[in-house]
Amino acid sequence: MTVKQKDTQLTGAQTLLKCLESEGVEYIFGIPGGVVIPIFDALVESKMKFILTRHEQGATHMADGYARVTGKPGVVLVTSGPGATNTLTGIMTAHMDSVPLVILTGQARRPSLGKDAFQEADIFGMSMPVVKHSYLVRDTNDIPRIIKEAFYLANTGRPGPVLVDLPADVSAGLFTGSFDQKMDLGGYNIPPLPSKENIKAFAAMFKGVKKPLLLVGHGAVISKAEKEIKTLVEKFGIPVVNTLLGKGAFPETHPLSLGMLGMHGTAYANKALISCDLICSIGSRWDDRINGNNQEFCVGAKKLHIDIDPAEIGKIVKPDASLVGDAKAILEELIKYLEPMDTKEWQSEVAFYKKEFPLKYDTTKGLTVPFLVDEVYKLTKGKAIVVTDVGQHQMWTAQFYKCDYPDRWLSSGGAGTMGYGFPAAIGAQFGRPHDLVFAFVGDGGFQMTLSELATAAIHKLPVKVVVNENKYLGMVRQWQELFFENRKSGVDLKGSPNFVKVAQAYGVKGILIKNVREARRKLQEAINHKGPVLIHADIIKENNVFPMIPAGKSAHHMMIDPPKK
Amino acid sequence: MENNKKNIHTISLLVANKPGVLVRVTSAFARRGYNIDALVVSPSFDPNYSTMTITAQGDPATLDQIMKQTVKLVDVIHCNEHTGEDAVHQELALIKIKNVPANKPVITDLVNKFAAKIITEDENIVIIACAGTTLQLDEFETVMKKYGMIEVVRSGKLVMTKSKSST
Repeated sequence: MTVKQKDTQLTGAQTLLKCLESEGVEYIFGIPGGVVIPIFDALVESKMKFILTRHEQGATHMADGYARVTGKPGVVLVTSGPGATNTLTGIMTAHMDSVPLVILTGQARRPSLGKDAFQEADIFGMSMPVVKHSYLVRDTNDIPRIIKEAFYLANTGRPGPVLVDLPADVSAGLFTGSFDQKMDLGGYNIPPLPSKENIKAFAAMFKGVKKPLLLVGHGAVISKAEKEIKTLVEKFGIPVVNTLLGKGAFPETHPLSLGMLGMHGTAYANKALISCDLICSIGSRWDDRINGNNQEFCVGAKKLHIDIDPAEIGKIVKPDASLVGDAKAILEELIKYLEPMDTKEWQSEVAFYKKEFPLKYDTTKGLTVPFLVDEVYKLTKGKAIVVTDVGQHQMWTAQFYKCDYPDRWLSSGGAGTMGYGFPAAIGAQFGRPHDLVFAFVGDGGFQMTLSELATAAIHKLPVKVVVNENKYLGMVRQWQELFFENRKSGVDLKGSPNFVKVAQAYGVKGILIKNVREARRKLQEAINHKGPVLIHADIIKENNVFPMIPAGKSAHHMMIDPPKK
Repeated sequence: MENNKKNIHTISLLVANKPGVLVRVTSAFARRGYNIDALVVSPSFDPNYSTMTITAQGDPATLDQIMKQTVKLVDVIHCNEHTGEDAVHQELALIKIKNVPANKPVITDLVNKFAAKIITEDENIVIIACAGTTLQLDEFETVMKKYGMIEVVRSGKLVMTKSKSST
């Protein structure tokens, strides 16, 4: 390691931290290791707060949760080799869901690269398919430009993770360059607003349409288009369905909202999908969990697509018209060119679906996730930041926690990463310290990242985590029951610990909810407690999520209720 | 055009001359099941950029997605497919044949006919260089097979648009 010659001279590590500070970074999540010690040494004098996690995957999900609720890139700092590879699941999760992250990984010294040095891993190569862009820094003097580019790339256009790999001798080396460096991003384009002619032509597609439907996705949330969507819906009377990550882009309690569509969407959303004569996606990928079978998706309906990523246009569904650009800016213009539509009949049709096929749950057989979610919804008046893990509880939470606000719903949508929920909730709580954060997780996913109870305890974060224990990997068990003659295989989660005691061992308050009767009181007790709380919910073992559209099938194949035995 | 018949596509790219670009581009093809037949990378007139010419096989709908994913890469400046008469295509072949004195007059004739060139020869072998379109080189190769061809190495296709802008 090079020792500083004079106090005025900065090392690469100090330069890096100065750059991060000027990007407005508050928190860095991660774990140190050999090659990043120069950076940790420089951190001693920094205003930025380092959050030591228990696993690099936890750090990456925390940064993701922080980013989703603040709109600012989440920052991760880890060491080389296993430290770096442990972030891959979190990077992939962020990439699939367009979440801005800047991941700083340590790397072996430059002369050792490619020589199997201790803890050397080609993370630049390994991460390539799951990053928006990445860098291997080869010169200390390049640090200011690369960090500026990394933050710019992460959070403009379609956001995503950017990885910066820093060899030990680059961060320990002396910085002799300038902080004022221009970005060099010749091939990076943020789509401008489409031409007036294109927007007019797009608006013309709505002419003569009787049953228009808006499909709002994560892109609408990221673009902060909620105001424009509301105007569009209310002015023209267009009903709305949302994707899992589009929750909050349009208030789900609004009379014209049909809630989530797709595999476990509401029956009324999926019925509207079958019946509509025009569907306009705003920032959704038409992913297979919502289209089921793209050959049979909305046959006969006009398909319109608004997306900031040109590569999404025609990827799954070939649209009749499309606009590439920022959803908010496009909608502002589009509203000007749309002509009044008569959707009265259509509105009563979807209202009929809502009345006839409501979401429902049963409290007579014991404790269930839908009931608990609904209780939390009522206690928090729908205003909590809600984070889920992945599986049955995720779908139930999406169905029953109606979301009226953008940036208050976090879930691993595209990647379906078990273990995401709890650390993401911690990250969200760091980002929004005054909001109530509720994580709903299953006993399977929670055990993948539960060591972050330590992180919640150390920082006294008031995050509430509801661990729904059914002693199964429930979603797989559900598929085995419905589609594999109930031949259970690899889903029995016996041997889990007493979660209340686990919480207490970490210094976290633990509450057990055994039945329906005591649920409300105990949830209120959790909310009233100032620190972190683990709520262990002893839910009934075998309960299935409905409605359900079997994988690969169109909405016509929806099972609204459990099949009769 | 010869390309379309066999679902063969010629794609040209202008990319930033930075490490890792080649991997990013080729994985966009590999991930979607495209087999790259030929790939030529060379520095462009501006040392900050390189040009790539890729010849690949696969269905056109998939190619559309590959090109969109490719041009989305931060280091890719542009990416175009050349199917029609908008561009010129050339490649180079090096062909090694046995040196049979009796064949010499025919070889010389063929070399002249195809505007090829004998690069080197000794008592055992003759190495001929030939530039031309893929079809011309296919034809030249077929003819040369009759004269004791030992080996052929082809450069892969180079392409340049006829328009005023760069390829």
